[in-house]
Amino acid sequence: MIRVDEKGFYGKFGGAYIPEMLHPNIEELRENWEAIIATPEYQTEFQMLLRDFVGRPTPLYFASRLSEKFGAKIYLKREDLCHTGAHKVNNTVGQIILAKKLGKKRIIAETGAGQHGVATATVCALMGMDCTVYMGSLDIERQKPNVERMKILGAKVVPATSGSQTLKDATNEAMRQWINNPVDTHYIIGSVVGPHPYPEMVARFQSVISEEIKWQLMEKEGRENPDAVIACVGGGSNAAGAFYHYYNTPEVRLIAAEAAGLGVNSGKSAATTVLGTPGILHGSKTILMQTEDGQVVEPHSISAGLDYPGIGPVHAHLFDIGRAEFVAVEDEDAMKAGILLSRTEGIIPAIETAHAIHALNLIEYRKDDVIVINLSGRGDKDLETYIKWGGY
Amino acid sequence: MNRIQYLFNTKKERVLSIYFTAGFPELEDTLPIMEAIQAGGADIIEIGVPYSDPIADGPTIQDSNMIALANGMSLKKLFEQLKGFRAKIHLPVVLMGYLNPIMQYGMEAFCKKCKEVGIDGLILPDLPMQQYQDEFKALFEEYGLFNTFLISPQTSEKRIREIDQNSNGFIYMVSAHSITGARAGISEEQIAYFERVKAMNLKNPRLIGFGISDSETFTTASNYSHGAIIGSAFIKKVKEAKDLSADIQDYIKSVIS
Ligand SMILES: Cc1ncc(COP(=O)(O)O)c(C=O)c1O
Repeated sequence: MIRVDEKGFYGKFGGAYIPEMLHPNIEELRENWEAIIATPEYQTEFQMLLRDFVGRPTPLYFASRLSEKFGAKIYLKREDLCHTGAHKVNNTVGQIILAKKLGKKRIIAETGAGQHGVATATVCALMGMDCTVYMGSLDIERQKPNVERMKILGAKVVPATSGSQTLKDATNEAMRQWINNPVDTHYIIGSVVGPHPYPEMVARFQSVISEEIKWQLMEKEGRENPDAVIACVGGGSNAAGAFYHYYNTPEVRLIAAEAAGLGVNSGKSAATTVLGTPGILHGSKTILMQTEDGQVVEPHSISAGLDYPGIGPVHAHLFDIGRAEFVAVEDEDAMKAGILLSRTEGIIPAIETAHAIHALNLIEYRKDDVIVINLSGRGDKDLETYIKWGGY
Repeated sequence: MNRIQYLFNTKKERVLSIYFTAGFPELEDTLPIMEAIQAGGADIIEIGVPYSDPIADGPTIQDSNMIALANGMSLKKLFEQLKGFRAKIHLPVVLMGYLNPIMQYGMEAFCKKCKEVGIDGLILPDLPMQQYQDEFKALFEEYGLFNTFLISPQTSEKRIREIDQNSNGFIYMVSAHSITGARAGISEEQIAYFERVKAMNLKNPRLIGFGISDSETFTTASNYSHGAIIGSAFIKKVKEAKDLSADIQDYIKSVIS
């Protein structure tokens, strides 16, 4: 049975390795989140916002030309059609209502590509809450349009100038600022990472993805269970959402696409399960890329959203017990898969998502297998990267 | 007897602990800095093991960590440097480090090495109390290592009592809800927190840290506790030092005078 235990562990991974200064905040969240989100009041507001603001349910779309090309029945779960352009908003909507119920006045968040930052700034505007987003100074340069979107929405964007100046440093900085502002502030983490209860909480908010896949597939195929679900993994929130209701259904293959960057042996990669070892990152025990001495290694991926040296503890567990198959997708192959999807289905995917598309080339399947790909986001934010790459 | 215990048995006030980052400013400065801290008249030496992602630290200590790592510092290297240091240093010495580098070294191998070179205690800021009890307490005790926990103004009375029960040596009182870093002065709100904890009559002595930088803040903190810990302000002095040994000694003398 795959589920989180009382101490926040999935098998060997998880937990809450945090400085004592964060203990009261984490404890408050741990003690209250499940009870709050189970109340009818919470659910009414949450469901209304998912429907009318986010635009759920998102379609499960039969990709006929892609299916023909690969000789399988391929469905795309259209998270790219969510408001703000990616699955990230499912989680920020869930957490902002929770923050309000906990009496918080301010929101902080980290962001890499800026998608989670935009999704956070969006719900803060919606709720009239003060919003500060920490973003690595390198990413601020790489993802200018999203920085401006956050500012238009009224958020403050603060550069994280320490370390490698990317997502991991933005996460460090958000944690530091939470230590500095423990009373009135809620930290909206953007993936299934961080100390317990964050990984499970974020997964629960994203689990709407597989909840919908089940009934949508029943309508279309007369079965709830596909043969395989494919999703890309940065921290792993869209994958956790797409896998969630299939964790304990072994006949459904779970396939996680990691970013191989310039190649797993190039020294410029983010393929965590290939290159990583067990350790502690951002408050949980997981698999991470590190030196022999336990220093966290800077990853590389062409997609800022997958440019993270760890994976969420639930994915470390799925990997450890062999429940999920992990494939590593190189930058160049992901870009080509992005173009392929654009031209076969008229959908320009986020570059993160393009990694999941290329996974079709790396796995074995039978003819007419039903495969669901979680289309985590659209490519608008990545136009500059597509243009720079230029291979179309 | 553990040197930390001996210290607090014989000295009940104005105990000064000095934190520095191993490998900063230069890789081989570890022993010279320890000798200067002792010669200057401090009571405890706290050696920071550098880490790439120190989430409880402000910019000054972050920078010293990055420079130390760039200089080639590692736990392995540090233990090599510490071999034989007890010939020169009689003060209690505490290692402060984040969990991940220690986990990679191996917790048991680490404890064994600490005992071998003469370390008295540990401060592992991201080791939660529960995990300590479940996994490491027996190990620390076997190797004679005292474990220090942190408390902050947000820590509940119930939890402070639990921490007191599970600590030996001393309790590290974080002076404000904040990461490390030198600030100006100590506020009334902080004083109220110092008084509140003092009135709890804990079994362990308390040292106040974060934001202590000079004679005035050291004295204020010492009025409500057994003494204080200086980190970021010391790192700044080390960074600016022209004559490392003399400048460190002058600084420490200026704090305790
Ligand atoms: C479209 C899209 N997909 C995937 C990710 C990766 O995050 P996660 O692994 O948490 O789903 C991101 C992150 O920015 C994203 O924007």
